[in-house]
Amino acid sequence: MANRATMDGNTAVAHVAYRVNEVCAIFPITPSSTMAELADEWAAAGLRNIWGGVPVVQEMQSEGGAAGAVHGALQSGALTTTFTASQGLLLMLPNMFKIAGELTPTVFHVAARSVATQALSIFGDHSDVMAVRSAGFAQLCSGSVQEAHDLALVAQAATLASRMPILHFFDGFRTSHEVNTLELLSDTQIRAMIDDDLVRAHRARALDPEHPVVRGTAHNPDTFFQARETVNPFYAAMPGHVQDAMDRFAVLTGRAYRLFEYTGPADAEHVVVVMGSGAETARATAAALNARGRKLGVLQVRLFRPFGAAAFLAALPGSVRAIAVLERTKEPGAPGEPLYQDVVTTLAEAVADGARAIMPRVIGGRFGLSSKDFTPAMAGAVFDELARAAPRRGFTVGIDDDVMHTSLSVPMDFPPEPEDEVRAVFYGLGSDGTVGANKNSVKILAEDGTRYAQGYFVYDSHKSGAETVSHLRFGPRPIRAPYLIAQANFIACHHWGFVGRRDILRLAAPGATLLLNSPFGPDLIWNHLPRAMQTRIRALGLRLFVIDASRTAQDVGLRGRTNTILQTCFFAIAGVLPRAEAIERIKHAIRKSYGAKGEEVVQRNFQAVDGTLARLAEVPVHNAVTATWERPPPVSANAPGFVQQVTAAMLDGRGDDIPVSLMPVDGTFPLGTAAFEKRDIAEDVPVWVPDVCIQCGQCGFVCPHGVIRAKYYDAGRLADAPDGFLSAPINARGYPDVAFTLQLYLEDCTGCGLCVEACPALSPTEPGRKAINLHHKGGRAIAERPRIDFFEHLPLNDRARVDLATVRGVQFLEPLFAFSGACAGCGETPYLKLLSQLFGDRMMVANATGCSSIYGGNLPVTPWAKNAEGRGPAWSNSLFEDNAEFGLGFRLAVDQHVELARRLATALAPRLGADDVAAMLDAPQRQESEIRAQRARLEALLPRIAALGDDPAARDLLSVVDHLVRRSIWIVGGDGWAYDIGYGGLDHVLASARDVNVLVLDTEVYSNTGGQASKATPLGAIARFAAAGKRTARKDLALQAIAYGNVYVAQVAMGANPQQTLLAFREAEAYPGPSLILAYSHCIAHGYDLRHGLRQQDLAAASGYWPLFRYNPAMRTVGENPFRLDSPRPAIPFRDYAYNEIRYRALAQARPEEAAQLLAAAQTAIDEKYRTYEEMAGWHAGRFHPPVPAAT
Amino acid sequence: MDLATRYLGLALANPLIASSSPLTGALDNLRRLEDAGAAAVVLPSIFEEQIAAETAERERLARLSEGFPEASSFFPAGSVPEAGPHEQLALIARARAALSIPVIASLNGTTEFGWIEYARLVEQAGAQAIEINVYFPPVEPTLDGTAVERRHLAVLEALKRTVSVPVAMKLTPAFSAPGAVIRALDAAGADGFVLFNRLYQPDINLAALRPSRQAILSSRSEIGPGLLWIGALAGRLRGSLAAGTGVETAEEVIKYLLVGADTVMSTAALLRHGPAYLQALLEGLERWGQARGFASIESLRGCMSQAAVGRAMRMERGDYIQILQGFTPILPGAQGGE
Repeated sequence: MANRATMDGNTAVAHVAYRVNEVCAIFPITPSSTMAELADEWAAAGLRNIWGGVPVVQEMQSEGGAAGAVHGALQSGALTTTFTASQGLLLMLPNMFKIAGELTPTVFHVAARSVATQALSIFGDHSDVMAVRSAGFAQLCSGSVQEAHDLALVAQAATLASRMPILHFFDGFRTSHEVNTLELLSDTQIRAMIDDDLVRAHRARALDPEHPVVRGTAHNPDTFFQARETVNPFYAAMPGHVQDAMDRFAVLTGRAYRLFEYTGPADAEHVVVVMGSGAETARATAAALNARGRKLGVLQVRLFRPFGAAAFLAALPGSVRAIAVLERTKEPGAPGEPLYQDVVTTLAEAVADGARAIMPRVIGGRFGLSSKDFTPAMAGAVFDELARAAPRRGFTVGIDDDVMHTSLSVPMDFPPEPEDEVRAVFYGLGSDGTVGANKNSVKILAEDGTRYAQGYFVYDSHKSGAETVSHLRFGPRPIRAPYLIAQANFIACHHWGFVGRRDILRLAAPGATLLLNSPFGPDLIWNHLPRAMQTRIRALGLRLFVIDASRTAQDVGLRGRTNTILQTCFFAIAGVLPRAEAIERIKHAIRKSYGAKGEEVVQRNFQAVDGTLARLAEVPVHNAVTATWERPPPVSANAPGFVQQVTAAMLDGRGDDIPVSLMPVDGTFPLGTAAFEKRDIAEDVPVWVPDVCIQCGQCGFVCPHGVIRAKYYDAGRLADAPDGFLSAPINARGYPDVAFTLQLYLEDCTGCGLCVEACPALSPTEPGRKAINLHHKGGRAIAERPRIDFFEHLPLNDRARVDLATVRGVQFLEPLFAFSGACAGCGETPYLKLLSQLFGDRMMVANATGCSSIYGGNLPVTPWAKNAEGRGPAWSNSLFEDNAEFGLGFRLAVDQHVELARRLATALAPRLGADDVAAMLDAPQRQESEIRAQRARLEALLPRIAALGDDPAARDLLSVVDHLVRRSIWIVGGDGWAYDIGYGGLDHVLASARDVNVLVLDTEVYSNTGGQASKATPLGAIARFAAAGKRTARKDLALQAIAYGNVYVAQVAMGANPQQTLLAFREAEAYPGPSLILAYSHCIAHGYDLRHGLRQQDLAAASGYWPLFRYNPAMRTVGENPFRLDSPRPAIPFRDYAYNEIRYRALAQARPEEAAQLLAAAQTAIDEKYRTYEEMAGWHAGRFHPPVPAAT
Repeated sequence: MDLATRYLGLALANPLIASSSPLTGALDNLRRLEDAGAAAVVLPSIFEEQIAAETAERERLARLSEGFPEASSFFPAGSVPEAGPHEQLALIARARAALSIPVIASLNGTTEFGWIEYARLVEQAGAQAIEINVYFPPVEPTLDGTAVERRHLAVLEALKRTVSVPVAMKLTPAFSAPGAVIRALDAAGADGFVLFNRLYQPDINLAALRPSRQAILSSRSEIGPGLLWIGALAGRLRGSLAAGTGVETAEEVIKYLLVGADTVMSTAALLRHGPAYLQALLEGLERWGQARGFASIESLRGCMSQAAVGRAMRMERGDYIQILQGFTPILPGAQGGE
């Protein structure tokens, strides 16, 4: 065995990139973030590169910034790299042109990912790398984990030799996240590939005042063109440099690569040309078909730019009659995708020049966009297409294009997977540890060097209760199958709820082993399986095993660690190893992990393994299908047609089957679809106690998922209420016969418990009992359905009569943001829900990319909803970096259309009723009652406008008249956007004096990409990219905005003071200029149970770390101090807040001395900052600058 | 007066030890205690449950982050140490470096695994002795006394197998026969005993209708059980005896020494008055000893203990009857009744 290891593609690449560079400039973006994170961790741990230095790893504010820093470091002579994907790569484009134009050696490692078009996608294809192909970088593509590891080094050697920068890319997720066995390069091998003379040459070209030059000049028409052509010899030589590096690499490692790797018979007639992981699939398919007598070849393109025409022609057999160029990208409007065009051009030129006798027929087609699985069956369909008399150009494979009919039909069962492999599929919940246990199993089983393993993990887009599907392969040969398992011989369902919801046997091979984690034992389980499942178990002859993992975990002393229990079961019955040997292997791993803790701990874990095996039972498969029930449909029968047809298929795991014709053409989707997805994921759910409740509204206010709704209504309606419908007399004077109900949507609840924490009402007779308490769900969720139905038929409370100024009043406003897939206990979503309650029916939301765009807009469903009048938030996500500008664009358009509507209404006033038009144009619209009144005026006017018929002015007015109801523009995003990548734009928008409202959901890290540090990350906290603890204080964005003088600024924390939050939201919205709200949002990236999120918010304010304040410029116009400090002086030390969170405590445990210093520094900073605020709160109005014009 | 004594095999300059409390959790305080004359310090307890809860929470968080396609975990690998008594271990090391007096670690656990793992760690960190606080109130009515005693013995034996530094057991008096239990533990290898740990005293907050959780510092009225059992056991054990409840002034220190304590520990007085108060206790002890003509601690220790005065156990009951019979209750409304 050589130096064999098991890792994912990102790790394999970073392993090399880190060792051959001196500077890494980084910024997080999926799926490349892992490479940057590893570099940061290794640098923090002092890991050295091949020259004995520790590379400096610098996080930047954006990919644009990272590229700038790379450019600067390269110009200054350091070996420099970066890691990125998708939009990130596009942001680097201007610098890439510069870097290439200046012939600067560097390698950018890219986990290739879709570029957002009609929708964002985090998954893999080549649209990003193809979009930058004109930058002048060489482009080298890897098709597997091993290849990505190896070519990362080849690229570094070649860039130094050639002076040409290289973009080294591999398939996002499919390669970047696939765990596979590989031969790891030793540092000696890496060292041997790098020529230090070339490094010195790079250094010698650096900017240096000892030998000064100027670079980056500007040219005129007289010289630019010629200067641009100077680089041609370098491009011409580049393929040779890369092949040289590959050849040297082959000598060192025995692994040989070609620029164009042809696999197949020398007399092949049909060839597929492809880049990336698809090549592995195509090769395996061709081999299987050739075994049946076909003559098929595969040509894998590794060096795409510069396109080595000679090498391509040399690799392609002369016998070839038809070529299909498969591309993982789409170039709309082009005669074909980029590689196709290169192939056609190269062949045409060769034929024209007489270098090649026959011009083969060349067709191009698309596959695998956004990580769409590319299977051998699909590759087979491509070969079949080539064999047709008139194969289609511009085909697609892997989808059903029923609009333009481009898609190839794919055989269902082709070809069989190897018999000596074990293929295991696991269905788990995101939070149950299944993925971690499976990664661990892959390592354990592959570590002896006799076996190869592959792991690939599929996630859904929810952040709570997410479903994970793990695909694991084990076999005696390297596993080259970059596609999902279709025929599993082991299936484990780790969550009993899936049995009734998912078709977990969809991938089962005949005779497979099925493991169910079930509360029902071997005697009972059969009768709890749905009919279709029983039928398939019998038809496929499956072996069925069952274990109650939760109970077993408790019994064997591993409470909560069901993943360990189920991992043991997998080892015992999956057949990767004989059972006894497999158990021995697990115990060996335990000894390795726990040996340092003493024999007692090891033995206790051994006992847990033995105890688990004793409880694992094989269930004799019944000889009859006994069940009478089937899996229920994924959405209710009442759902609208689109939801039934499209959303339901996605929810059911059948999204791949949705044809083109059913998808919206422009990325437009209906609202409120989350309401149809009853995920039912909570184990414990809240139960309301009407006689204890004081109807304060706090529980509903903080509920992250909008599952707590209140209504007051005529008590007479209760006569029709279903059994168990709870109510209480309304707790307000002067309303006899009015009842109040707090309705809980239990199937949408995540069981986070924030409602219970927020509830201030305690039972006077039952200690510890509140007005809302968590109870085990049991059958409560189903029992609640008729009550919810009744509740929904109660009339909505009139917004004009609700007191919007109090938390108590807000509970009666319908949320138009509900049931999101955000984390249980999310600290962000309550703020969005509040926005939607207050302004949802006239709100436009520009949402920066991040958590809020994922739980807000990631299919299958959206929590943004509309009300019974059909109105609701109009929401869109543009990008990560441009959200403030995007939202300002909303404002500019709205202002124009308001102006147009006013002009047209004025012009048509004589025909519409001058008084009514004047009343409408002059109406105040700051209060909710005024908005309602304006809506009524508009409703009255609409028929009169319509009655003007085809009058162009009237038709124009109709198209914009809605704008006469004041719109509320909200720009929403996280701190990564507001403090870092979008800061320049945000600053500009705040300075614009336009009426926009900015809500920063401040989690103090890039939550969505895994908790990387932003400039909002506090001093002393650890985070991704701040592995050694953040050394600088959080940026005071509020003070920066206050400095403008005319920006409304508030800092709020719902858990510390919900009333202040409400006040700030309403003031910000009412303020007719730019507003900025910084909202403390607790987050799982802080490292504690989010059930305590509200308490932490309170402590943050109480410690002075997060003072609550409002700066309202409107106050200045009346001579008042605009700055109000809403929280009292710090009452507790910062430590008492901070050390409840792992992000702070971890450093105290790992590096106590440093942590103590940082803690002291943080305390000093807090004290000083509070003094500043306190002083400002005491200023007279005239001390605030600059002067502002009077508010209108 | 020669104040030197021995405890757990350690030679101490005097019998006063600052016992485990929040006060001993900061290096500055430890320095001040040493300056004030403390002969040894016991650091704050390492609670097994806290570490177990933190371990479970970290595992839960780690599992949670696995469900996200865009995040592998929310903290850099290796930046979050495994849950454990990191701060306490660091404190032991720093205390050893900063102090010349012995540093004793305190463990408060529930399972043998917890005891063993953390005992090994504190020994490695430099603790010169370990005090184990077997706080295990047997409030479960089905649990019988023998089981409780067996558990104490098992914990001790496991610890003695694991570490080579001396081990003291801090016990509550809640045994039917404390003397026999202590002798059995002594025979099993305990190097000393801290008598006594107080059992949790429940109270109820009537306004909030919830259990009251106020920590009440001990007072001099609580020294009785310690005097009784130290008196009964002094001279009859292989291991040392430390007294540990109700030390408010030098008087309680003297009383404990008189019945036979090798050392006296103080928490409440130091928390009330600060580390410097230890000097006042020491001076009070010395003043009293010199006034009475005691040349050393050795000469006064145990002179009032059961063993020293040779009283038979049965006489204790006589004292008891005498006290009860001599007690005249003051009843409400009794004033002027005769």
